[in-house]
Amino acid sequence: MNFDFSDDLKQLRDQARRFLAEQCAPAVVRRSLDGQETFAAGLWREMADMGWIGAAIPEEYGGAGLGYEGLCVLAEEIGRAVAPVPFSSTAYLAAEAILLAGTEAQKKEFLPRLADGSLIGCFALAEGTGNPDPRNVKARVAGGRLSGTKWPVADGGIAQIAVVAARDEAGDIALFLVELAGVAKRTLTTLDPSRDHVRLDLDGAKAERLGAAAGWSAVQTVLDRAAILLAFEQVGGADACLRMACEYANERYAFGRPIGSFQAIKHKLADMYVALELARSNAYYGAWALSADAADIPLAAATLRVSATEAFQLASKENIQTHGGIGFTWAVDCHLFYRRSANLALALGGPPFWKNRLVDLLESRNAA
Amino acid sequence: MDFNDTAEEAAFRAEARAFLTANAEPKAGSRPTLRLSGLDAAGVARCKAWQAKKAAAGMAGLTWPKKFGGREASPILQVIYNQEEEAFSVPRGLFEIGLGMCIPTMMAYAKPEQLERYVGPALRGEEVWCQLFSEPAGGSDLAALRTRAERDGDDWVINGQKIWTSGAHLSDFGIVVVRTDPNVPKHEGLTFFFLDMKSPGVDIRPIHQMSGARHFNEVFFTDVRVPDSQRLGGVGQGWKVSLTTLMNERLAVGEVPRPEVDDLVALSRTVVLDGEPAILNAAVRERIAEWYARSQGLKFTRFRTMTALSRGETPGPENSIAKLVNASKQQDIARFGLDLMGQAGLAIDDDLVEAHAMFQSALLSSPSLRIAGGSDEILRNIIAERVLGLPPDIRADKGMPFNKVPTGRR
Repeated sequence: MNFDFSDDLKQLRDQARRFLAEQCAPAVVRRSLDGQETFAAGLWREMADMGWIGAAIPEEYGGAGLGYEGLCVLAEEIGRAVAPVPFSSTAYLAAEAILLAGTEAQKKEFLPRLADGSLIGCFALAEGTGNPDPRNVKARVAGGRLSGTKWPVADGGIAQIAVVAARDEAGDIALFLVELAGVAKRTLTTLDPSRDHVRLDLDGAKAERLGAAAGWSAVQTVLDRAAILLAFEQVGGADACLRMACEYANERYAFGRPIGSFQAIKHKLADMYVALELARSNAYYGAWALSADAADIPLAAATLRVSATEAFQLASKENIQTHGGIGFTWAVDCHLFYRRSANLALALGGPPFWKNRLVDLLESRNAA
Repeated sequence: MDFNDTAEEAAFRAEARAFLTANAEPKAGSRPTLRLSGLDAAGVARCKAWQAKKAAAGMAGLTWPKKFGGREASPILQVIYNQEEEAFSVPRGLFEIGLGMCIPTMMAYAKPEQLERYVGPALRGEEVWCQLFSEPAGGSDLAALRTRAERDGDDWVINGQKIWTSGAHLSDFGIVVVRTDPNVPKHEGLTFFFLDMKSPGVDIRPIHQMSGARHFNEVFFTDVRVPDSQRLGGVGQGWKVSLTTLMNERLAVGEVPRPEVDDLVALSRTVVLDGEPAILNAAVRERIAEWYARSQGLKFTRFRTMTALSRGETPGPENSIAKLVNASKQQDIARFGLDLMGQAGLAIDDDLVEAHAMFQSALLSSPSLRIAGGSDEILRNIIAERVLGLPPDIRADKGMPFNKVPTGRR
């Protein structure tokens, strides 16, 4: 039994944590929050130079070849720092979709540029309100031209390419690569301004089919794999909230004693810890499943998605509660995590979608 | 990451599986053992015979010294044995406390000739041990216990009452912590002994539990004489010795209580709600998904614990969450299962209701799991203070001589 990251990867995690503590302090996140910049371009450049974006991209396509476990430990630290960078859109979604479904030529053309940070990618699935569902995909491709409205698209405003779910001429769902230069975009105001979100108004945009990817299952596969990586961001964010709340509970005095000595606070923090450890253990299994390309990736992904969303939502709201009134101010960082937890809970589909999918998968396993 | 055994672990797993295959029946079907009644005489005999068989095959006391019949093995082998045994129907419930807590405490504090006398018979299942800690006035606040021991020549004379003592009525010996000095703060006035449960003045009365069972007891002590040679640790050192006992409790791998989420899934397929199987109902699916995620989280947390053990490390604090999560989950799943059955959920006739009345019996037994071995509230305090580093609660009795500590409104 070796259900833990290797010493090398733990070292990578520690390096990433130190780097982000210095280079991605809350002041950096707040530049995006306050609208001074769309994303932290300098930080993005450095992440690319360190090989983070291409961590799981094979070396033959310009990646660092660290494997999925490497990408997972980085994701945890990016979540901990609430980093205002298009990491998940580029690495977990666009690059993953191309790796999974792209032709050899498409991989050679796009993956090295995604890995070195010169190209930002995004994933366009949603068409307004509603959870992932093939019935909601109305965008169409005819004669190599894609038309439709996609929103919200995370990082769509800063991305140069998008992987878009749309229907082909036969009406079947497929994935298409679209270069975004010239595509009309409306910037959205969202709950989490530390990440860019837009509406893409595609009107005959040039679209190239991504390999032979066909059907909703290709979309779901991309979502499943991204859910595992995103869960590590949720675990990192929840861990940061718990540490922040514990620190405050130790320092803040009321009634002549630290508030952390009150059981009402202790038990709240203990519950946050329990949810976090369950999520972490589920996420570890997901990391193993991704790197082993295990058959139960779908069930593992749905399970950790439920677990990690619960942990981050609980930790981010109870962190505010532990801080009391000061936690509700713009100046204190609690809301950065609260906002990001809402973002990550809804990206890739909200909890009702994943809970329903989890039971579907349990049932099909039981039927087999 | 991988889930593979080391060569040594694989060899032991094969040995354990071969032993179990040759000597025990695989668990049949999904029918759980109902625990509405305690062990009867025949049950005790089955437990003893099985323990003797395990000891003879070298499958008992795996981590113990070889001179006492153990293997001096890493705790990971004990976990592996438990995993393998889980697939078999074996008589359990009589030796967990003695072998898991009492004898390890003896090994830490008893004299060599006492170990010579007691360890072997306990390992072979010939003698049963119990642990006499809790009292009416000291459960979560264990150090508030009031049972007194006074020195009289070479003996100590014990008077008082213990409670919640599992298996006292089946036990030959017990370990007991008592107050020997009420004039000092509560933790400083305790002393630890072992005693013969057949000693004159020991009166054991079973407690009728709300579930109907009688697993544990009140034990009354009236002028019970215990020789000073049976003292474990120094006079006034009883709290420290108690912590040794409780430390051993932490590594015990508890069974996952049923009904588990799989049981609820099975029930939800057969019970009809709004004209279709309940498993198709969105509210039911949501709850199943949440409990499944928790169960899997605990399963993989155990894997993290095993990883630490396999490397010869002490497991991290993540090990402490299992009972806290499992206890409430069992109670909530039991309640939800009954909700699905409608009024028939009231019936506990196991020939009539679903799953042999597993949900009904769990509704009645599950409150105990949230209290025994550290209540939910105490476990949250432990996580908050020892894992998260929060300050201890302010104690109203801190530094106060025990006999000055308030005990009620009067």
